[in-house]
Amino acid sequence: MALQAVHFYQTGTFTAGNRLLGETERAVQANMRRTNSLNSGHRACQGCGEALGARYAIDAAMQASKNRVIAVNATGCLEVFSTPYPETSWQIPWIHSLFGNAAAVGAGVAAAMRVRGRKDVRVIAQGGDGGTTDIGFGCLSGMFERNDDVLYICYDNEAYMNTGVQRSSATPPAARTATTMAVGAHPGNVFGTGKNVPLIAMAHNIPFVATASVANLRDLEDKVTRAMAIEGARYIHIHVPCPLGWGSEPKHTIQVARMAVESGLFPLFEAEHGEITSRYVLRRPVPVTEYLKLQRRFAHLFGKDPDVATIAAIQAIADRNIQRFGLLPTPTQTQMNADEAQMNAEKAKR
Amino acid sequence: MLRQIEGSLAVAQAVALCRPEVICAYPITPQTHIVEGLGEMVKSGELGGCEFINVESEFAALSVAIGASAAGARSYTATASQGILFMAEAVYNAAGLGLPIVMTVGNRAIGAPINIWNDHSDSMALRDAGWIQLYAETNQEAADLHIQAFRLAEELSIPVMVCVDGFILTHAYDRVDIPSQEQVDQYLPPFEPVQVLDVTDPVSMGAMVGPEAFFEVRYLEHHKQETALERIPELAAEFKRVFGRDSGGLVRGYRCEDAETIVVALGSVNGTLKEAVDEARARGDRVGSLAICSFRPFPLAEVRAALRHAKRVVVLEKCLAVGIGGIVSDGVRKALSGIALEGHTVIAGLGGRAITKASLLGLIERATGGELAQLNFLDLDWKVVKREIERQREHRRAGPAAENILRDLGRGLPPRGQDFGPPARIG
Repeated sequence: MALQAVHFYQTGTFTAGNRLLGETERAVQANMRRTNSLNSGHRACQGCGEALGARYAIDAAMQASKNRVIAVNATGCLEVFSTPYPETSWQIPWIHSLFGNAAAVGAGVAAAMRVRGRKDVRVIAQGGDGGTTDIGFGCLSGMFERNDDVLYICYDNEAYMNTGVQRSSATPPAARTATTMAVGAHPGNVFGTGKNVPLIAMAHNIPFVATASVANLRDLEDKVTRAMAIEGARYIHIHVPCPLGWGSEPKHTIQVARMAVESGLFPLFEAEHGEITSRYVLRRPVPVTEYLKLQRRFAHLFGKDPDVATIAAIQAIADRNIQRFGLLPTPTQTQMNADEAQMNAEKAKR
Repeated sequence: MLRQIEGSLAVAQAVALCRPEVICAYPITPQTHIVEGLGEMVKSGELGGCEFINVESEFAALSVAIGASAAGARSYTATASQGILFMAEAVYNAAGLGLPIVMTVGNRAIGAPINIWNDHSDSMALRDAGWIQLYAETNQEAADLHIQAFRLAEELSIPVMVCVDGFILTHAYDRVDIPSQEQVDQYLPPFEPVQVLDVTDPVSMGAMVGPEAFFEVRYLEHHKQETALERIPELAAEFKRVFGRDSGGLVRGYRCEDAETIVVALGSVNGTLKEAVDEARARGDRVGSLAICSFRPFPLAEVRAALRHAKRVVVLEKCLAVGIGGIVSDGVRKALSGIALEGHTVIAGLGGRAITKASLLGLIERATGGELAQLNFLDLDWKVVKREIERQREHRRAGPAAENILRDLGRGLPPRGQDFGPPARIG
């Protein structure tokens, strides 16, 4: 079944309108029988985007595999806050080995399942951006290249949060971290660095690559569900705000994530075998300042004497993304949107 | 079945007979022929029910084995030299998680200078990582130890390294009795882990453990090794009952009973050593040798029992603990605490320098003549060393020693001092 778009106006509230949908069309989290794979009681910070993303992702994976998921976790916040010995929040078989080897350990688990004839058991390896784009990158690329039957999920909060907010190769330009201080002639992280791991994943020609955001949890669930139906190496890169590291309000986690998507700074797309197959279209792109202003890690760009040049450079990144990934509506889409709006207006009149 | 076979292939066949389920391969000389042999057996279908995975690094090789073992599959990999250092973090991790992985180390030196030949620097660097370390003397023992290793690993939930001297054993064609599948099946039961990643019985493995329990976990690793001290001789005895030959065990003495001088060593050099002992005996020296097969756990009691009546002990080591000397010697000294006898450390064979019978006979002669220092370097070219030390004294310059030696040679400078060695020796 194709994902049905759910509009807020269906309920007139800010909930995602599940109540108007048939049971089979509802979100995994709307299901009373959801597995709560990452159970409550863990020690994540208030407003943690990673905890939210992981709960939605793993529950969706569990539903898609009839509760047959084994998870491998890289060292990092998710590992530390979920398993302070002797407690664990995981309701699924779960293993943590090292910081940089989650993809390889996942490949090993998958090999054991294959040799034991357990094709029904699915393996997920997961880690933060440090464990994925930096220290675990070799193992990740190896897993992709061998097309191991593992879904790798990267929860990207754009720095090493577990060790105290140090720069990673996923830290955006101008962002303040503990190792890209907001001092000197060019405060924050330098421009022209970093890597785009979803695009690198696509270059491995693996069956499925997607980006997702906690701003669009329905889309996230859908992408995980579809990834679970595919064999081979799969990669989902989820943008997860970190209130502590980004200096944002815990209550703004979803809004911050949404502004990243809606500004074009974090494009949502899917790719199969190296080709982009769909993207999330921005109806009205918002200026990047709407995103940056919510976070103290960019505070040095604002204030009495705003750093217009740097803000413009960040806007240029968003604009390039919009162009590169085709995030603006095509004429047909624009027409469809207009038709839809008119239909709704007529409905409202009645 | 008796076969004339390369050491690596003998090991590969022994491993295959153990019915491994996941084998991870990453090339590094001199262990490559082992995984190549296994890969061929998997691909041809000769070894069924096994996944052979070509990984991108040694770090990944052991990590894949960790995942497979945690999920209940009998897992194997092989490495050497730089490879074991590259996977060092995973080496500790496998032990901490109690995963019964078996890994061959084709012993090789560690650079710089880069060197592919045999010594024990690689496995010695990871001696305290929580793995059992068994050192093979012959290719027959190398093959046999792998069969014992899987049994020991799975009984105690502890990983085992089988250390096989690179080239000297791995690349040597020798007569090896390859056991039958029935014999191995009789000796090695299927792998049944206590705890496994299982969707019907979820567990969390590898949790973050704080000061309240970490110490206990580490102690329990030590306890497992102490248990291994009891199990290794029992498993060797059982091995003899099934396979009809002596292989493994903790230590193996050769003509030690009335020996005044005993040379202690690990691995293949014990073969040459036995011949040297025989010749020394023939000329009237009361000499013996002691092979330590199990270096971790270190058999303190057995070493003490074997050496206590000797007058002097010479520990022959293929590894230099830079800044102090011997590593095996430390264990031997501990084993002999309270017993007054002469103790000598001899560093030998680094980077593949041949340890010849003539050298060993010379060594024994110097030992019995009371001419050995506490720390000795067998067949070290003192001419080259002294000249370089002298050069450094004259002109301090940071940089790699090997290249510094060549640099002066390249300039065509006349040899300084009287005892300058021939250039061919250096290059």
